[in-house]
Amino acid sequence: MAETVLEVEGLRAGYGPAEILFGVSLRLARGEVAALMGRNGAGKSTTLKAIMGLVPPRAGRVRFAGRDIAGLAAFRIARLGLGYVPEDRRIFTDLTVAENLEVGRRSAEGRDPWTPERLFEVFPNLASMRHRRAAAMSGGEQQMLAIARTLMGNPEAVLLDEPSEGLAPVILELMAEAVLRMKREGIAVLLSEQNFDFAAAVADRAYVIERGEIRYEGSMAALDADPALRAQQLAL
Amino acid sequence: MSVEFSFLLVQALSGLASASSLFIIASGLTLVFGVTRIVNFAHGSFYMLGAYVAVSIVPWLLQIERSPTLFFVGVLISACVVGVLGVVMEILLLRRIYKVPELFQLLATFGVVLMVQDAVLYFWGPLDIAGPRAPGLRHGVMILDQRFPAYELFLIAAGPVVLGLLWLLMHKTRFGILLRAATRDRDMVGALGVNQALLFTGTLFLGAFLAGLGGALQIPRVSASAQMDLSIITEAFVVTVIGGMGSIGGAFLAALLIGQLQAFGVLIFPKITLVLVFLLMALVLVVKPWGLLGRPESTAGHTALPEGIMQPRGFAAAEKLLLLLAVLAAASVPIFGDTYTIKVATEVLIFALAAFSLNFLVGNGGIVSFGHAAYFGLGAYASGLLVTKLGMPMEPALIAAPLAGGFFAALFGFFIVRLQGIYLAMLTLAFAQIAYAVCFQWVEVTGGDNGIVGVWPSTWAASRSAYHYIVLVAAMAGILALRHVIYAPFGASLRAARDSAQRAEAIGIDVRTHRWLGFTIAGAAAGLAGGLYAFSKGSIDPTLLGIPLSVDFLAMILLGGMQTVMGPVLGAAAFHSIKDIFMPLTDHWRFLLGASIIALVLIFPRGLGGAYAALRARFSGGAP
Repeated sequence: MAETVLEVEGLRAGYGPAEILFGVSLRLARGEVAALMGRNGAGKSTTLKAIMGLVPPRAGRVRFAGRDIAGLAAFRIARLGLGYVPEDRRIFTDLTVAENLEVGRRSAEGRDPWTPERLFEVFPNLASMRHRRAAAMSGGEQQMLAIARTLMGNPEAVLLDEPSEGLAPVILELMAEAVLRMKREGIAVLLSEQNFDFAAAVADRAYVIERGEIRYEGSMAALDADPALRAQQLAL
Repeated sequence: MSVEFSFLLVQALSGLASASSLFIIASGLTLVFGVTRIVNFAHGSFYMLGAYVAVSIVPWLLQIERSPTLFFVGVLISACVVGVLGVVMEILLLRRIYKVPELFQLLATFGVVLMVQDAVLYFWGPLDIAGPRAPGLRHGVMILDQRFPAYELFLIAAGPVVLGLLWLLMHKTRFGILLRAATRDRDMVGALGVNQALLFTGTLFLGAFLAGLGGALQIPRVSASAQMDLSIITEAFVVTVIGGMGSIGGAFLAALLIGQLQAFGVLIFPKITLVLVFLLMALVLVVKPWGLLGRPESTAGHTALPEGIMQPRGFAAAEKLLLLLAVLAAASVPIFGDTYTIKVATEVLIFALAAFSLNFLVGNGGIVSFGHAAYFGLGAYASGLLVTKLGMPMEPALIAAPLAGGFFAALFGFFIVRLQGIYLAMLTLAFAQIAYAVCFQWVEVTGGDNGIVGVWPSTWAASRSAYHYIVLVAAMAGILALRHVIYAPFGASLRAARDSAQRAEAIGIDVRTHRWLGFTIAGAAAGLAGGLYAFSKGSIDPTLLGIPLSVDFLAMILLGGMQTVMGPVLGAAAFHSIKDIFMPLTDHWRFLLGASIIALVLIFPRGLGGAYAALRARFSGGAP
């Protein structure tokens, strides 16, 4: 397998007295797409937030690009090249599309950096609304903007929290297209997902999380091909 | 006709000039709030420092050459100096309190206000310092048939220029775009790789720079004085609240409105322009609770309230004994203590009642009042005026005190309880300032700044000892009555409304009415305390309604622990005794008090009671 870019071992995290993660371990290879699947409340979002430093990890190791990042501030982790697209998008509604992209901009080292123009190729819908306030965009457009904004930081890997949530089928296809494009650009993607078809369409490997622990790890193809296994793991 | 028109025109122009000045200051306040979510009390201190630095630097520069350029260079240098002080404050203090409840942020920044006041007195002395006039702008300009100062015309232009520059900064620079993004969602900005700490430091520089600029630009008009900070901060608060907190455009609009209201209000009600301004604010907030251009605050991820009283429990046997001993001690003070000790003990009892009534609001009701002294002072004025002006005896005058406190609490509370969070706190402050302004400005009745002397108890109660017993009985009765309300279903409803207004409504609690009644009851109790205080001191004056006393009350409940029922009593005793011991020993009492308040917020945010509970939990091996 290719070189590991992100490695999580025994990650524990929670909010106040509530424990959410009980030792999550997973890895992400350079340029691959892995899906973290599970039900509501299983710990998908918390896993991504804890990796990103938005929820302080209580125990465990997080290695990214050869460095221990557990306990670092979110902005330091982002600067190392780990991008994050939150579940609820959290775009800056007062700012225009172009301004939202500007907030995400960080200089790339060595390779061809993302520019608004290149991103408009990936997300053609955004090109026409460059100067529109983000508040006046549809949910799907906001989701695209959220991804584009993160890409402006030229990340090596991206944590993508529930990208398919609440999107119309047409937009879903565009979104899958965008994830595959990121993969072609060499960006590793760890996405949390409840929509199995979407995950199956984009991911190489799958993790299933339940009650804060990884219960299954394997190739997406195997999970997709074996309905019994899928039913057992995901209770779909 | 033309005379009248030119007069009105000049009046409108001077309104524009003050609007400009006000906007420059308020824009910094609203900017800092927008990004950091901290209402910075010390913004007024930055303004004052701007003026003081300018009256020191500018004359020195003008000695080199009396040129307009050097004047404005001096003004800009002063603003930069103040900006750097803002950076110092961000790094030393604000950085540590971004996540604490708003009340603590307000208190901590007020601690800075106190420290700066003493620092200013130390460095510049107690006398007002007049500044030089601006070279090239000293003349008057004829407008129709009226003379209008050229410097005022310059100020009229300065406001829109600052607005324009700020707009360019916010829309055309990366720093500005990041600021605007952080105003909406600062954690997301961090997740995109932006160092929030630097952004916040930059914001504080800009905010303090604007305050300093506002202050430095005032030196040709007003002398630098040590009272500039609190008078400007209330006006700046009002502007930002009316405009919508965090909105620079809103601040501009609100400053224009207030400038004109003051310019023309002074013609109609010369004495109560301040009242007009606050009335405008109350009106705007009732119609638009988030100000003209403000937006509902996203409270997600922010603890708006300090931890309050959870489940009040009865006294344990040991605590009953302690309580009995405390009452006995209070009762025996006149037997063993000298006159001075009796006086201090009497005041402790009075402040205990006032602090208890405040925590009834804050700890039990989640209503963070920043102007509780208003009801204390109004009670004191009611008693004092009845005795001195109408010749009433003490007994009915004392009964009038809680009535007055309760009446005004009901009147102001009607508006206040409609709001939440920081807007609510600002409105309590605004109403307190109205009351203060009336007592301060209505000289014929209230004696103005000097107040009124000769508020003495009836003959039978005239001795220190006798009056001490009156206070002991009245304060205990007040505290026990309030405590009873906390334990009653009404108190539980208030706690429910505090923890979730929505859920409380859903189970059938009329939240607004409950909060209104709660506010009125607390006001009445504070009024009683004020009435008792008036007779113990023999006089009344506007400081009884002032912000510093409101902050004292807050410090008492903070010290005692807001999450405890009886803590405020302890806090009042500790605070007042400490103040009484240390105040005569130092010339820098305010500096010390400010530093103590900051230390309290940083080290013991749960008060002495909370620190004790935490210590006990640690040693008993329980969960933290």
